[in-house]
Amino acid sequence: MDTAGLHDSELGELQRRLVILRVGLLLVVALLGLRLWHLQIREGPYYRDLSENNRTRSVVVEPARGLIYDRHGVLLANNVPSFTLYVSLEDVKDRDLLIDQLSTLLGLDAALVRTKLTARGSKQLPRKVKGRLTLREATLIESHRLDLPGVMVQVESQRNYPGGVMASHLLGYVGEVSPEQLEKPEFADLHQGSIVGQYGVEKFFDQLMRGQAGQKSIEVDAVGHEKRTVVVEQPHAGDNLYLTIDARLQKAAEHLLGEESGAIVALDPRTGDVLAMASRPGFDPNVLSRELTPKQWADIVQDEGRPLNNRASQGQYPPGSVFKVMMAAAALETKTVTPETSIFCNGGYQFGRRLYHDWKAGGHGAVDLRRALVQSCDVYFYTIGQRMGIETMASFAHQFGLGEETGIELPSERVGIVPSEAWKRKAKNEPWLPGETISASIGQGYVNVTPLQMASLIGTVANDGVTFRPRLVQAVLDRATGELQRRPAVPKRTVTLKPGILSRIREALAGVVKEGTGTRAQSALVTIGGKTGTAQVAALRTGPEKDIPKKFRDHAWFVAFAPVEAPTIAVAVLGEHLGHGGSASAPLAKELIETYIKLDLPASSGMTDGAGARERDAGGQGTR
Amino acid sequence: MIDRVLTSRGVDNFDFRFIGLIFAILGLGVLSIYSVTHDQGVAFPFYAKQLVWILLGTVAFLVMWLSDYHRIARLAYPAYAIILILLVVVLFEGKSSRGAQRWIPMGPFAFQPSEFAKLILILTLAYYYSERPRIGWLQRVVLPGLLVLPGLLLILKQPDLGSGLSFVAVYAAMLLMVGMRSKALGIILLFSLMLFPFAWEVMWGSLHDYQRQRIMTFVDPVSDPGGKGYHALQSQIAIGAGELTGKGLYGGTQSQLKFLPEGHTDFVFSVFAEEWGFLGVLALLILFVALIWLSLEIVARAKDQLGALLAVGILCMVCFCVVINIGMTVGMFPIVGIPLPLMSYGGSATVMTMASLGLLLNVKRRRLSFF
Repeated sequence: MDTAGLHDSELGELQRRLVILRVGLLLVVALLGLRLWHLQIREGPYYRDLSENNRTRSVVVEPARGLIYDRHGVLLANNVPSFTLYVSLEDVKDRDLLIDQLSTLLGLDAALVRTKLTARGSKQLPRKVKGRLTLREATLIESHRLDLPGVMVQVESQRNYPGGVMASHLLGYVGEVSPEQLEKPEFADLHQGSIVGQYGVEKFFDQLMRGQAGQKSIEVDAVGHEKRTVVVEQPHAGDNLYLTIDARLQKAAEHLLGEESGAIVALDPRTGDVLAMASRPGFDPNVLSRELTPKQWADIVQDEGRPLNNRASQGQYPPGSVFKVMMAAAALETKTVTPETSIFCNGGYQFGRRLYHDWKAGGHGAVDLRRALVQSCDVYFYTIGQRMGIETMASFAHQFGLGEETGIELPSERVGIVPSEAWKRKAKNEPWLPGETISASIGQGYVNVTPLQMASLIGTVANDGVTFRPRLVQAVLDRATGELQRRPAVPKRTVTLKPGILSRIREALAGVVKEGTGTRAQSALVTIGGKTGTAQVAALRTGPEKDIPKKFRDHAWFVAFAPVEAPTIAVAVLGEHLGHGGSASAPLAKELIETYIKLDLPASSGMTDGAGARERDAGGQGTR
Repeated sequence: MIDRVLTSRGVDNFDFRFIGLIFAILGLGVLSIYSVTHDQGVAFPFYAKQLVWILLGTVAFLVMWLSDYHRIARLAYPAYAIILILLVVVLFEGKSSRGAQRWIPMGPFAFQPSEFAKLILILTLAYYYSERPRIGWLQRVVLPGLLVLPGLLLILKQPDLGSGLSFVAVYAAMLLMVGMRSKALGIILLFSLMLFPFAWEVMWGSLHDYQRQRIMTFVDPVSDPGGKGYHALQSQIAIGAGELTGKGLYGGTQSQLKFLPEGHTDFVFSVFAEEWGFLGVLALLILFVALIWLSLEIVARAKDQLGALLAVGILCMVCFCVVINIGMTVGMFPIVGIPLPLMSYGGSATVMTMASLGLLLNVKRRRLSFF
């Protein structure tokens, strides 16, 4: 008790000091309460939003791209499932580590991965790192998933071209939208990683085919694992295209060119329908639609054969003697000559101090217009060209659609050159030389045309002066409404020629095949009219053809239409460096026309009954 | 012995209120642990283990409540010696978890000596001051400080900053209540304690994130393993997202989807706040304040200095842990590993806290001195 007594004063002191604890406790609790009130009541909605953002991730659901069919419903481009690697930046804890892991696991270039992850754009949207993972890569990623927070493997559709190289220039390919494209208004609804057409029909009709992306809102846990899908905004599939080309004819055209460089265009002159459009060498759009390494891309771009060049609509060549078809029509219309006017050809045409040779040494003797076309007499056309003058020639060339776009629905069509005084002043800042008129009158010199323009020209002749804009897409299936919208044939222009002129020329062109320079286009199946052409590549030539290095050899042209009586097909064949049109290209045109005749199909039908069945096919594709 | 107590009107309404509050808080704790870990998919999930700990804790509570606290206090020095040995053992033989070596494995469970060291320190200091009058600075401040030091150093070595801070807090509370003679010093201490949160806000708040990060990694490397303030932020998001009424049981996406780590241990308060909102949090705070208020009553009515010192030590320790834990979950303090008493999952902490509260209630029961 003694000791306790001694302590009593201290106990009292201690108990008096309790007030400190009481006050302190209340104060601190009040402070905590205030802080909680601030967090939960004042800032509550803000934190609730944060917690929602924490757990939900917006994932873009890519739409199924529209399919492409040929005129009879043969599938040319569809979508197949493939694995795509995405990274959700929000869930990435250590970016450098992740870049390291991904480049090791998938053998990717670390710098490339870094660019993809650091590219500008919303942090909420997952970044696409690699498409077309192999099954092995996808499993590898999935099995390391716990070590790779934020990494997702999604099944997506990959563009697929069942025909491989077939019609590659026409169909084009797809690829990720580029940063430059994203700045443009027509790509406004897209985002990094979106697939858009980058070439050909895929590019030209991209807005129809791309569809509309949907959105999936998924709930994820802290490690980025998908727990459940919260909201789904369905994507809208893109529209299907029905092209005018006939896959069989297309295949035949490409087969005819084989390993040679060149182009073949076949049109239906009555509608402008592009029945076939081949350009060689081609490329595999399946490969180009994948992600290429810079090396692969450089290989393609630097390939000397320039496989990415669509020679049909972008290749520009002197038309050579094919130009004479237009010249003949112009001469008759301007009454420079009558059909009966005879001009003597002794194998050369003297102008000033220079002698312009005919291709045939010794000449053709006295020739009228028909014979001049059949024999492809140069002197005859030198003479009428000289009489008409360059300006008249140019104005008729324009009427036949040269020097301007045909209006085909493909990107970056080239227009060629129709030379004139004004053109030369503008392009070269030089005056026109009289001798240049003479070269131009047989389609040499500055004159440049595309194979497509030539097909259109011969089509205009075949269709009695009415030019149709080349049509590639005959119908579009709107997948939202299920409606099949036909696209009408569009007459572009009627050449103003007196009646009878074109029929006379057609008759002469039939003669070319029957008895003239184009006899190798003769067919037992069908009457063919055509015109040969040989486009000089090198001005000076010495020695026989076979001794000249291939890259200096002439381009071989042949344009044709058939049947002569009522043409249903117009063809232009260009073989690069193949030499003479009559020997090299005429047989190809014949083969193609015969293939077409054997297909024995009316020009613009077939699609109607086929379309219903295809629509069902397309629906099946879309829902998958 | 229990019979004797119960029949001799040793148990009154006060005791029932006190025990009721304890079990109410324990219940809310189990509920929150259950909410976070119910889909754990193991045979013996955390909430079930916690129930076992509570059972053990109840035994400890009864033992501490119904024994004579003078007799318990007399064991203080040997107990302190033993715990020091265990703290040494844990440094060599202990089980590591998240960078700290705090546990001594015992079969399927692990025993955390630093938790028990807190209670033993309180006993030791209380016994030291009450044994005989302590006069002068040396006896009142320096010697008890030397008593605290080895335990503190061993705990910091683990490292366990949270328990270390509790150690210091207990010592400071003892000094404040009895050690300091001068009223002036006491008042200064009180004010600095009261101003601490504000001062902290100003000082800590003015630092850049990376500076805080550097300081924290220096002071306590295991405080924030996710790094970059992730933990603190997720905790605040969880609490804030609870708003007025909360998201309901299992509704806390922050913890359910594991954005908030340690939802069943140090951050159980955040889980509770997200699921039950401001109203739930207020209720919980009231429970804690009531418990501490009753404890203050016990101190005020203590009949001897040993009882008062024991009670005030336990009270301050519990109070300190509650305030620091909640303070860190709401972002007022940096994150140190201090569990929320009676709520956080943990065997050693639960048993120790319940034993301490048993001892606290014991002081009230023994207010008549028999000697």
